[in-house]
Amino acid sequence: MNQFQYVRPAETSGAIKSVALDANAHFLAGGTNLVDLMKMGIVTPERLVDINNLPLKKIENIQGHLRIGALVTNTQVAENKFVKENFPLLSMAINAGASPQLRNMATTGGNLLQRTRCPYFFDTTMPCNKRVPGSGCGALEGYNRMHAIFGASDKCIAVNPSDMNVALTALNAFVHVSGPKAARTIPFADFHRLPGDHPEQDTTLQKNELITSIDIPTAPFSKNVHYLKVRDRSSYAFALVSAAVALHIENNTIKDVRLAMGGVAHKPWRLTATETFLKGKTVSEDTFKQAAQIAMEGAKAYEHNKFKLKLAPNTLIQALKTASGLTV
Amino acid sequence: MMSDQPLIGQPISRLEGHLKVTGTAKYAGEYNVPGLLYGYVINSTITKGKISSINTKIAKALPGVIEVFTHENRPSLAWFDMQYSDMDAPPGSPFRPLHTADIKYNGQPIALVVAETFELARYAASCVEIKYTEEPFSTDLKENIDKARAPQPGLATFLKPLPPKPKGDFEKAYNDSFAKASGEFYHGTEHHNPLELFSTTTIYEGQGKLTIYDKTQGTINSQLYVGNIFGLHFKDVRVIAPYVGGGFGSGLRPQYQLFLSVMAALELKRPVRVTLERNQMYTFGHRPPTIQNTRFGADANGKITALNHSAIAETSQFEDYTEVVVNWSNMLYPAENTLMEYKLVPLDVYSPLDMRAPGGSTGSHAIESTMDELAYKLNIDPIELRLINYAETDTSVGRPYSSKELRQCFIQGAEKFGWSNRNPEPRSMRRGNKLVGYGMATGIWESMQLPARAEAILTKEGKLLVSSAVTDIGTGTLTVMTQIAADELGLPLADVTFSYGDSKMPFAPIQGGSFTVSTVGSAIKAAGKALRKKLFKKAKDIKNSPLKGTDLEDVVFKNGDIISKNNPALRVSFQDILALNKGAIKTTNTSLPKAFKLKKYSRAAHSAAFVEVEVDEQLGVVTVTRSLTAVAAGNIINPKTARSQILGGMVWGISKALREETITDYKLGKYMNQNLAEYHIPVHADLHDMDVIFVEEKDEIINELGSKGVGEIGIVGMPPAIANAIFHATGKRINQFPIHFDSLL
Ligand SMILES: Cc1cc2nc3c(=O)[nH]c(=O)nc-3n(C[C@H](O)[C@H](O)[C@H](O)COP(=O)(O)OP(=O)(O)OC[C@H]3O[C@@H](n4cnc5c(N)ncnc54)[C@H](O)[C@@H]3O)c2cc1C
Repeated sequence: MNQFQYVRPAETSGAIKSVALDANAHFLAGGTNLVDLMKMGIVTPERLVDINNLPLKKIENIQGHLRIGALVTNTQVAENKFVKENFPLLSMAINAGASPQLRNMATTGGNLLQRTRCPYFFDTTMPCNKRVPGSGCGALEGYNRMHAIFGASDKCIAVNPSDMNVALTALNAFVHVSGPKAARTIPFADFHRLPGDHPEQDTTLQKNELITSIDIPTAPFSKNVHYLKVRDRSSYAFALVSAAVALHIENNTIKDVRLAMGGVAHKPWRLTATETFLKGKTVSEDTFKQAAQIAMEGAKAYEHNKFKLKLAPNTLIQALKTASGLTV
Repeated sequence: MMSDQPLIGQPISRLEGHLKVTGTAKYAGEYNVPGLLYGYVINSTITKGKISSINTKIAKALPGVIEVFTHENRPSLAWFDMQYSDMDAPPGSPFRPLHTADIKYNGQPIALVVAETFELARYAASCVEIKYTEEPFSTDLKENIDKARAPQPGLATFLKPLPPKPKGDFEKAYNDSFAKASGEFYHGTEHHNPLELFSTTTIYEGQGKLTIYDKTQGTINSQLYVGNIFGLHFKDVRVIAPYVGGGFGSGLRPQYQLFLSVMAALELKRPVRVTLERNQMYTFGHRPPTIQNTRFGADANGKITALNHSAIAETSQFEDYTEVVVNWSNMLYPAENTLMEYKLVPLDVYSPLDMRAPGGSTGSHAIESTMDELAYKLNIDPIELRLINYAETDTSVGRPYSSKELRQCFIQGAEKFGWSNRNPEPRSMRRGNKLVGYGMATGIWESMQLPARAEAILTKEGKLLVSSAVTDIGTGTLTVMTQIAADELGLPLADVTFSYGDSKMPFAPIQGGSFTVSTVGSAIKAAGKALRKKLFKKAKDIKNSPLKGTDLEDVVFKNGDIISKNNPALRVSFQDILALNKGAIKTTNTSLPKAFKLKKYSRAAHSAAFVEVEVDEQLGVVTVTRSLTAVAAGNIINPKTARSQILGGMVWGISKALREETITDYKLGKYMNQNLAEYHIPVHADLHDMDVIFVEEKDEIINELGSKGVGEIGIVGMPPAIANAIFHATGKRINQFPIHFDSLL
């Protein structure tokens, strides 16, 4: 690990100023991702701005919006009573990730920005366009079991590893950021990017911008929801495929629906066309199967992740069935 | 305090358990001395070729960096391959760290940075500039089977015999058989990953003397290795391994952190610690990927007439690492016509290394899955088929078994598991939306014994001290040896201390192969016996001794007294003997396996594994909901530590069948998941109802303890039992481990 400066400001504005002082400065939140990356030489900051003293630790209910401060830990969100009652999908998704120890450290802001687990990204001796633009993609023709089936480019086929993000995209969240320029709000669907020609950019966050909080608008998704994560062991493994399903059902009719998948793309994968198809339909296994077909349009697999072409629709169908009460 | 019950056979908790769970037990990488230096290893990032240049200037200039060792500046060392050999070295030319500029495998250690802190050493390592010239390589077993050849025999084949010669006419018998079952089986590379990282702390004591704290499964193995390579007197090299945080075979050979730590300490004349990081645990030794093919034929009654089992396994370009993979089926099933083949493919990887039940757990996968298939072809219950073909003697070599209660394993295991509830029809059993399957398999593991020595001392205070250089790799060796020694002298546990894990203590071989109780336990029993004899003689020598005229057979040793069996009033206490002796009483004894007698018998532990799985066919998820292993392994010295060994083996069986694999990118020749987040072993949520039965088995031949060792038998039967249960649940026979979604969806 290289030598670096370490500061721990108490004010948000101070943190932003401090991070702007150095071209190679990073915010440090729970450190569960950043410190690993530093140990492996993937990130080599000159300066670490520890934001743990900033006043961004509240969960608030503001005029119908749930606001979660960037420093609220994953455990605190998942265990929060209001969240559990009104947005159980978010609790389920968070609890499907990592381990209790990690969730106790990991923060909301940090989770949004965690890097991919692609093994070629994680090893500085390998080619990776995300780590070193122009160096090539090792996964494209290498070991790509974890990798994307949607929205990939020939520069990068990595996936976003977060579970929480999948639920947040389904819940139409907003990300509040402050920076050297004016504060702004980014709709969740626009926060993460597809790789295109610039896989080094995971998100649309600008340099030196700080996530301060996320908002989740009130929605009628307290009952018929499910987060289903399929992975190589029962816990403590990243998703091969996951599905977040939120349904608003009245008289067996789907009044409203939000769907997203994880482990399939460079960003949490929202299924808007499938949502449109399902709206107004009656709950049935057949409908769900048709929905899954729509969801899979445009999917493309690589040598080692062909199983996802079957696993992804099956996961979605299963999650829809569980959420709607067709199976328990 | 003292009960009449012998301690052998009691479920005594680990004596060092409290130290371990409170963090008080110190491991090899935790011995701190003033002035300690830290070494960090740099590993090759290419798979084959040469180092064309290595620039250490920037690293060396960092304040606090002491030295960077490479092939260019290392001290000159021993010349001959023999001197780099060790107790577990396969035939060939052992790998020599920092020997030349040649790169033989990805991850090969090529430099050691020594600095005042670990963090600095690691940072300095990132400042060393290395240039390579690369050469083409191959690391994919499946792509290179055309290069398969017979292994070269060597010393190692003594414990790992090559396949027996063919018997009868296999091809004809197979063609003529009423029912046939066959399959091709594959598992990839697996790495040991004990929790404790490999670490060596070498203390330079001056005048060519070293004290070395090493993570190893053999203190004397490390001592001889260091002495030979660095030209030191063995007596000047002391290797200590008081606690070992798991081995599983990875510590059976001295690993490169030992070499590098000793080299640096000798050169710098200072204490040096080298600790490997988790990803470096993937740069030496592994279970080799193996392809197996089976063809079994049976007559209409289910009697197996023809057995063919062939295996092709990976080895390195410099050593012929072998395993016993194909010899087992004919030990279990007495067919007249057999054909067993075992071949190696040398690839550009490090030499494979024994991993828990090496070969046995590999072979059983193929053998026991084929047996299951055969049972379906014959429409016979899988247990029934195994009983029809029950080997009363080992026909593979024509010898009786020293003992074999496998039948009881089937009977008691099936009863407790509820095997009779199984509807044999595949896909016939369901729970909710999941398919349910029951599977079973037999396990076998040879019971070996090697020579060892032990010392027993009765101290002035009447306490018993026993010692052996053996390690305790976490299996419960300390506890079990203390029990054996205590019983021999009739003392309570609290009066007995077993010292171990130190090369200056009496000789013990490496700790592996499930032979430690048999080997070291026998030596301790022999030393205890000799001490008994000596004490008895001294007791009789006492003036007016109440035991005059009695024989050793006519007395019991109990709670510090020697008591006449005929008249318990006649007794001499250890205290009386010690008072006259004015000092401790000591014996050192060697236990040699009774080779001549043992040779007439086949000796093996057996097991029957039973498994229930639930399969979600939509998601391809398999859950091992219940498992039970019934074990016949002779006398169980400590049912608690033994049960833990079996449970650990069973968990590993789940891992092998469903989770564990080291993934290789063959284009790079590199392992891709060198960490415990992505190298998936089972988590608690993967483990459900698990049970162990020890069936009674008397064995008066195997050794004086009648005990066979249980370190490995627990893993052998589980993987095929799981694969068989998945077949029963789904109708799909999947012969590639680990079994993943890909094959079940
Ligand atoms: C072994 C392991 C298993 C895991 N398994 C899972 C899993 O199954 N599912 C899952 O979803 N996750 C998993 N995780 C990832 C875990 O969720 C993330 O590491 C965690 O959420 C990151 O949060 P943090 O606060 O520790 O971030 P940090 O490591 O502190 O920061 C991560 C990044 O975010 C930046 N950052 C942090 N806060 C802010 C802010 N407020 N504004 C701007 N930038 C910021 C940092 O500069 C850094 O670049 C796993 C992690 C590990 C180590």
